[in-house]
Amino acid sequence: MSKIVKLKKGFDINLAGKAQKQIANTPPSDTFAIKPTDFVGMTRPKLLVAEGDSVKAGTPVLYDKMQENVMICSPVSGEVVEVKRGAKRKLLEIKILADKEIEYENFQTYNVSDIKSLSREEATAQMTKGGVWANIIQRPFGVIAKEEDTPKSIFISAFDTHPLAADLAFTLKGEEEAFKTGIEILKKFTEGPIHINHDLNGEVSSVFSGIEGVQHNKFSGPHPAGNVGVQIHHIDPIAKGDLIWTVSPYGVAQIGKLFSKGVYDASKVIALAGSEVTEPQYYKTLTGACINKMVEGNLKQDHVRYISGNVLTGEKIDADGYLGFYHNSVVVIPEGDFEEAFGWILPTTKKLSFHRAFGLLSFLNSSKKEYVVNTNTHGEKRAFVMTGAFEKVVPMDIYCDYLFKAVLSEDYENMEALGIYEVIEEDIALCEFIDVSKHDLQAMLREGLTLIQTS
Amino acid sequence: MKFVQKGFDKIKPLFEKGGKYEKLHPIYEGHRTLFFAPKIVTGSKGAQIRDGIDLKRMMMTVIIAMVPCLLFGMWNVGHQYYLATGVDATFLDKFLIGAMKVVPIIAVSYIVGLGTEFTICVIRQHDVNEGFLVTGMLIPLVVPPTIPLWQVGLATFFAVLVGKEVFGGTGMNILNVALTARAFLYFAYPSQISGEVWTYLGDKAPVDGYSGATSLALAVEASNSGMGVVDKLAQTNTALSADFFSLPNLFYGFIPGSIGETSTLAALLGALILIATGVGSWKIIVSVFGGAFLTGLLMNQVAANTYMEMPAVYHLVIGGLAFGAVFMATDPVSAAQTEAGKWIYGFLIGVLTIIVRVLNPAYPEGIMLAILLMNVFAPLIDFYVVQANKKRRLARATV
Repeated sequence: MSKIVKLKKGFDINLAGKAQKQIANTPPSDTFAIKPTDFVGMTRPKLLVAEGDSVKAGTPVLYDKMQENVMICSPVSGEVVEVKRGAKRKLLEIKILADKEIEYENFQTYNVSDIKSLSREEATAQMTKGGVWANIIQRPFGVIAKEEDTPKSIFISAFDTHPLAADLAFTLKGEEEAFKTGIEILKKFTEGPIHINHDLNGEVSSVFSGIEGVQHNKFSGPHPAGNVGVQIHHIDPIAKGDLIWTVSPYGVAQIGKLFSKGVYDASKVIALAGSEVTEPQYYKTLTGACINKMVEGNLKQDHVRYISGNVLTGEKIDADGYLGFYHNSVVVIPEGDFEEAFGWILPTTKKLSFHRAFGLLSFLNSSKKEYVVNTNTHGEKRAFVMTGAFEKVVPMDIYCDYLFKAVLSEDYENMEALGIYEVIEEDIALCEFIDVSKHDLQAMLREGLTLIQTS
Repeated sequence: MKFVQKGFDKIKPLFEKGGKYEKLHPIYEGHRTLFFAPKIVTGSKGAQIRDGIDLKRMMMTVIIAMVPCLLFGMWNVGHQYYLATGVDATFLDKFLIGAMKVVPIIAVSYIVGLGTEFTICVIRQHDVNEGFLVTGMLIPLVVPPTIPLWQVGLATFFAVLVGKEVFGGTGMNILNVALTARAFLYFAYPSQISGEVWTYLGDKAPVDGYSGATSLALAVEASNSGMGVVDKLAQTNTALSADFFSLPNLFYGFIPGSIGETSTLAALLGALILIATGVGSWKIIVSVFGGAFLTGLLMNQVAANTYMEMPAVYHLVIGGLAFGAVFMATDPVSAAQTEAGKWIYGFLIGVLTIIVRVLNPAYPEGIMLAILLMNVFAPLIDFYVVQANKKRRLARATV
């Protein structure tokens, strides 16, 4: 049953500033924020609280008009201090000042035998009300799953190959029971298998090893081997009309805790990493936490970029910005907003490159060398010229060049035929990194996905 | 470099919106980025870091790969000059007289090409693309040293405008731009570029018994008179050197021909650079040679005339096959773009080159026409490769 897939294509980006496996002794943040923009495809967020309201951990804060039952809940108890809006009154952040002690909304608790007999409808009701439904992401499109859908299978990637990614075995330590309960709940939603995909060359953590009634697969190879989209492509590929759900291991445990403990537990262990962090390590905090206390006095210099998530798919945030809903790492790298004399031709071994064009000598370095990479694009936008490079970093049977061109020309038929259903931003993030012509390919792909989704 | 940066900063307001020369902004930007890699940073969402490569570096890699051909070409122009006029000369003499001939051609190509490119960038208000850096060096290497400079200028102008810009600029062209220039010359001024007398002689008369014909022209001549091609080559210019057209000489390139294309060795050095850096597709290079050699062998089997009987290996070293395979066929914009397509594309270029050379005596050189023809067919090849991918995906679908 279980499969072993060895991938060759891809590229490991080895960055300096990996998080030490220890949990920092830092007081938790005072403020937390929910960012509607974290939820892909949420077009019409509706607010359920106003400034000055007090909330508990698990109190619904907003929902999408298009999906009225799915609540996004407050991670902490406290007071709503600010509702930040942007241009055209777009909802940006709902800030909550946290209490010293977290008070939780109470949900029904279930013991192991109760969970077995729980119906799908009851489970759905508790998950949508209790704020954990947003952990279930649907493929195609990579948006929050719909309650009424039945996926053909559910995929969970138990390892992360992104640069400076948090070690999931470390961040989920002690969550064995919660994870197990979460899997039992997820089994109610599909008649097909639940796939848990492991790193072939790594040790399987105790969180995942004892899980029964699921299919354990193993993957090896460079990034993006850990991406759930790549794994789906090799185990149970998506065709037109297919539906697959994906959940992060953290999300599975959070679902489990909602049923076993009866609370929306937003606590998570995250990695603070990057070349500019003095002491890169792990932090125990909550979803939506303000990063200021982690980074204050912990940086080598101050001309830096703070990223919620990883360097390939993450989002730039401010020094007092907030951790994204789906993110489990914060990365700090140098800003690259300076001109470099003859930077386009001087030979160097310091600039990381997938290519080997004249003077880009990073391929001569040992694969263990850690790079300090800044945010400079190293070039301006150009027409597509280089061919065949994208295919070398996407371990899927997809012609990326052609897919992007289909998106640019808004050619629905070809987008579909070329496999747009099989990918979301993270799967082609490496294309964006290696692109000679410096296009924003992830944004481009999302445009295509939105076109198809709304057609 | 600080003062250069300051200089640019000083004139910057003139080229910005509302400035006196705001229309010329692409030219300002084009020059500034030549001195300084720009300070653009990644956007707030998506990849926060980018690879160290850019199009300028990629294009420079191709130019560096052309340097062996260029230097050898300069020397060989002088070498042929002194051979034909019967004067002994040093290495430096040969190189200098070659440089005197070649440098003006390069200058004209770049001045006219970049002028056209800049003008169109200003009209259409887009950034200057680096594509012409390579084209501007390719054009001088595929023309004979005796070409009048005005023809170089005219051909370059035509190629940039009609070959590239009308399609939307770099990355959008269907035909290889440098070959468009070559084809323009070939059809517009056939008498000067048919491969009869390509050796630069200055105002001197050649020595007795000297023939300035290229190896390809000789092969056609031999075939027409029913004489063995190898014999014909062996008998030509024996007064200058006993083995003027011997196989090693053909390989090294000590023969008359277009400036950069005579030396198979120099082209192979370029191929090494392109393949090692991953900038040129090794699949295309290998399959062009493979296609040409196999077709040569097939011709040997048919053997209807003496050109067909010529050993297949000669096809790889005469004319511009090696140069075309390495620098022209691999142009990523006009070549096939799928990996499977590249094999087919390259192979057919090799096959067609030999067919044009041997079966169509009106055109001595086949590689130019073969590549241009396959440029046109490359999208069709890709279409079928991509179609196969779509069919695999469709086979999985249930609705």
